[in-house]
Amino acid sequence: MKRFFAQCYIWLLLIVLYAPIVFIAVFSFTESKVLGNWTGFSTKLYTNLFTGDMQGGGSLMHAIQNTIIIALIAATVSTVLGTIAAIGIHNMRSKAKQAITFLNNIPMLNPDIITGVSLFLLFVFLHISQGYATVVLAHITFCTPYVVLSVLPKLTQMNPNIYEAALDLGATPFQALRKVLIPMLKPGMISGFILAFTMSLDDFAVTFFTRGTIGLDTLSTYIYTDARKGGLTPELRPMITIMFVGILILLITINLRKIRNSKNAAE
Amino acid sequence: MTKRSTWALPYAIFLVLFVALPLILIMVYAFQDGAGNWTLGNFTKFFKDTDAINTFALSLEVAIENTAICILLGYPAAWILANKKLNKSAVTIVLFIMPMWINALMRTLATAELFHMLGIQLGKGTLIVGMVYDYLPFMIYPIYNILDRMDKSYAEAAADLGATPWQVFWKVQVPLSMPGIMSGIMMVFMPTVSTFAISEFLTNNKIKLFGTIIQENINSSMWNYGAALSLVMLVIIGMTSLLQDNKKEVSGGIV
Repeated sequence: MKRFFAQCYIWLLLIVLYAPIVFIAVFSFTESKVLGNWTGFSTKLYTNLFTGDMQGGGSLMHAIQNTIIIALIAATVSTVLGTIAAIGIHNMRSKAKQAITFLNNIPMLNPDIITGVSLFLLFVFLHISQGYATVVLAHITFCTPYVVLSVLPKLTQMNPNIYEAALDLGATPFQALRKVLIPMLKPGMISGFILAFTMSLDDFAVTFFTRGTIGLDTLSTYIYTDARKGGLTPELRPMITIMFVGILILLITINLRKIRNSKNAAE
Repeated sequence: MTKRSTWALPYAIFLVLFVALPLILIMVYAFQDGAGNWTLGNFTKFFKDTDAINTFALSLEVAIENTAICILLGYPAAWILANKKLNKSAVTIVLFIMPMWINALMRTLATAELFHMLGIQLGKGTLIVGMVYDYLPFMIYPIYNILDRMDKSYAEAAADLGATPWQVFWKVQVPLSMPGIMSGIMMVFMPTVSTFAISEFLTNNKIKLFGTIIQENINSSMWNYGAALSLVMLVIIGMTSLLQDNKKEVSGGIV
């Protein structure tokens, strides 16, 4: 009985939480310009999204491209910078370590708007004109801390003698890094990369303040401008639906795999 | 060994340039006027600006209400999810975590559109409900995490020693899950108090929150006043983060 009520509560909460997204998904299959007005089943919005055949055509496609490119660059640079930094931090003495960890925590604790405003002021102060490069730099700033924190635990778990052994057996430091250190840090680097990538995809406020006035749009800023103009571009409905289903499949696979792995380990 | 510590040098320089310096610049700009003279004018302007003060108070109110509702709705949910007897499926947990991975603007927009279609007038009510929609997962997740790892024998021991279920809950479970609640408060309160686009969507630009005022000032080139307002927000955030001491817990992998 208790279980029944508990399940009711959980599913009620989930239904309410998901209602808006399901609503968008349902209305992505009709052509109507106005949301909530069902004019018969159609996949036209999906074809429009992929062919770019829509009002204001290319700009949504452009925004999507920008979002992905910025996220890929930011996540890659963050992973490299963060991994190297983590190796350094791991070998630091406690005072310096504390100082750098403190600075590393700031972008994670700061609200987006503060990170955005502060970086905006930095670029104004240094007279750097804002655009693509400043957005990428800003994204690297708030992504790298997550990589550092994902890689550091792997370094602590690692047996330091293995690296030393590689050096003793004649590996150059670079070989030891490539063949010993990197493979062992890989899981941390991958989860750091994924975190950084999604953080960058998700960002709105920091992009908003650092993109300057050259008309650069990511998906978030596109949606923001679009919604303020009044009336959401209908093609955003299939867009939201696709992203939603993609993430759902990804997360469920990751988690089921994790559960299966832990079960295997238990056996 | 010591030589490898120099590997952190590039990142240290990066942090100073892109994290420390920008924050210092906020302070510098906050205490200067447009011509670069040192002044407290931006702050006296803020305290005299009833519009800004009211918005500030409203932002705090909305953030506190949102956080409170998230705890009230989220704690039972996290408790059920962490209880193996009441919930056997891992999928429900994923379903609760998933919204954290979806663009907040998209989710907010979907919520606002749903209100719109249902004919609900956008205003303060929809603002709070919409915020709860957005941030509930961020409350459930840390609490679930701590409850899931909690040693069940404490509760059993308390029950064996004669505590009623109610007492077990208030005297054992709640104190032990405090770190999770604190992380949840941080993850909900901070973004709510600093949000700007979300409030505009959910109220159709009728209600401004503090973040919107900062954004408007920065965008209309009132950098010094904007910086001063940002500093006020930083102080609030700083005070909230004092509630919590182990920050690493929050950001430990979400996957």
